[in-house]
Amino acid sequence: MEFLSNPIGVIRDWLAGLLSGFLPPDAVSLVLVILGALVVGALGLTTPLFLIWYERRLIGRMQDRVGPNRVGPEGLFQTVADALKLLSKEDITPIGADKIVYNLAPIMAVVSVLTMWAVIPLAVNIVGTDLNIGVLYIVSVGSLGTLAIMLGGWASNNKYALLGAFRTVAQLVCYEVPMILALIVPVLLASSVGVANPMSMQEVVAAQSGAWHEWFLFKAPIAFLIFFIASVAETGRAPFDLLEAESEIVAGFNIEYSGMKFGMFFVAEFLHAFTVGALVATLFLGGWSGPFVEQAPLLGVVYFILKAFAAYFLIILMRAALPRIRIDHMLDLNWKFLVPIMLAAIVAIAVTDKALPRATVGPLWNAVALFAANLVVAVIAVNWTSAAARQMRQADESRNPPGAAPAASADHGHDAPAPAASHAAH
Amino acid sequence: MTGLQITFLVVAAAILASAVLVVTARNLVHAALWLIATLFGMAILFVLLQAGFLAAVQVVVYIGAIAILIIFAIMLTRRVMQDTGPQTNSQWWLGGLLAAALLAAIAYTLFRVDQQGAFPLANVPIPDSSLAELGKALVSPDFYMIPLVVIGVLLAVGMVGSIAIARDEREKE
Repeated sequence: MEFLSNPIGVIRDWLAGLLSGFLPPDAVSLVLVILGALVVGALGLTTPLFLIWYERRLIGRMQDRVGPNRVGPEGLFQTVADALKLLSKEDITPIGADKIVYNLAPIMAVVSVLTMWAVIPLAVNIVGTDLNIGVLYIVSVGSLGTLAIMLGGWASNNKYALLGAFRTVAQLVCYEVPMILALIVPVLLASSVGVANPMSMQEVVAAQSGAWHEWFLFKAPIAFLIFFIASVAETGRAPFDLLEAESEIVAGFNIEYSGMKFGMFFVAEFLHAFTVGALVATLFLGGWSGPFVEQAPLLGVVYFILKAFAAYFLIILMRAALPRIRIDHMLDLNWKFLVPIMLAAIVAIAVTDKALPRATVGPLWNAVALFAANLVVAVIAVNWTSAAARQMRQADESRNPPGAAPAASADHGHDAPAPAASHAAH
Repeated sequence: MTGLQITFLVVAAAILASAVLVVTARNLVHAALWLIATLFGMAILFVLLQAGFLAAVQVVVYIGAIAILIIFAIMLTRRVMQDTGPQTNSQWWLGGLLAAALLAAIAYTLFRVDQQGAFPLANVPIPDSSLAELGKALVSPDFYMIPLVVIGVLLAVGMVGSIAIARDEREKE
């Protein structure tokens, strides 16, 4: 029974007892830490085998085709076959490439994603390490992935790869701004619920485990959406796959990579997408919390995986449904739309939470007030952008009357706050 | 020697080696990469001092933002692939002099601390909530609120100024 409620703890104690027979206590804890890191790493590296199959099948379904279904039951072993194929391919290093940097980049890409899993709690007693700065750690480790893509693009000695690297900086570094701003909100809300260390991932989850209205998804839907968009942009997948846009720059930063080095970028991308799902689940959907989780902590793993896959499903849906965003739209969407809204939302959430604190109005009404505050910000933002878009379109039409030459589209994106236009248009 | 000391010595040696490589590497992007290694080593030193927050901030700000901007600037402004340059300019002796003076000052201070006990180190435990205290101190009028606001204004002025400089003349109309 003890084992069922806390399997990792039981295994750890058993191993510690076993090792302390012939090792000093410092060495025992070192061995346990290394083993823990190996387990988290191995778990993270094997998940993409399933994730890739899942995503390919799902996208196949969404695009009205079958997807991989030949190798193994329902094509489950397709990824294994693909991995074997990648391993057996020739490992090419282009002439003029910067060898060390070229080989370092794919490793860094995987490492940056894998190390995020160190702080993501799978259950109340299953977590790599519960850092008291967990949320900040996620951001800092994530920025290393950007570096890996840049270096891969630069070191390949290929102009398309370099273009991909340039786009990486423009995109990934910009989208870090709204992402960090959105991350402030769960920390702020967790702190107002009253946990001691609001930046620790474990306590962010604990702050949401009370009832359904404690989920930060309901308290801060704007922060949820913006975090979601910004982190999908940071994974560099469709609709934000400008850095490897096949139709424009062939494959962007990874054009020269072959064999398992390409495979590592591939694994890093898929794992990053799932990690975004896991982060969304942890920060906004209550992580491992759910009914009966106090009696059976292991149930938390199931809830966590369900929530993470729900968020991952949305990411795949986005990839299948939306066309690639244009580069000027991509920058405008970030700087002129996401950042101002997120700043306004932080102010609105902080003021509302202070004006109607949980202690006086109760948790439910506090949550309702926060939701209403978010709604007000969202309504103002939508009205404001659609008005701006209308104005822009009128200015456009008065300059180039409709029916005239379609030359207007060239300079349209240049001087106009385009996200407003694209949002109103769709 | 404890594990902590061994870790410190290894990390310190790595920091010094990569710092030397920053200034001696011929390739500018390589120099930037060694700079990243140096900064990462500093983050590890912060972790060893139980300042996890500072370590994370070091990685976010210096590696995630500043180093990436340096690499981007090198890629954009110079010959991108095989960019090398001279490692010294006409003021190298001034820089060397300043570095030597700084080293002498640090060595003197450490000597005084170590040998003569001039600046006794207080042996106080690190509070658990040091991060929360830091956060409160940053917004408290008694401590750092005014410096924080001044820095914010300074950064805003810098941003507006750079936009004003970079703006295309034709767009002003």
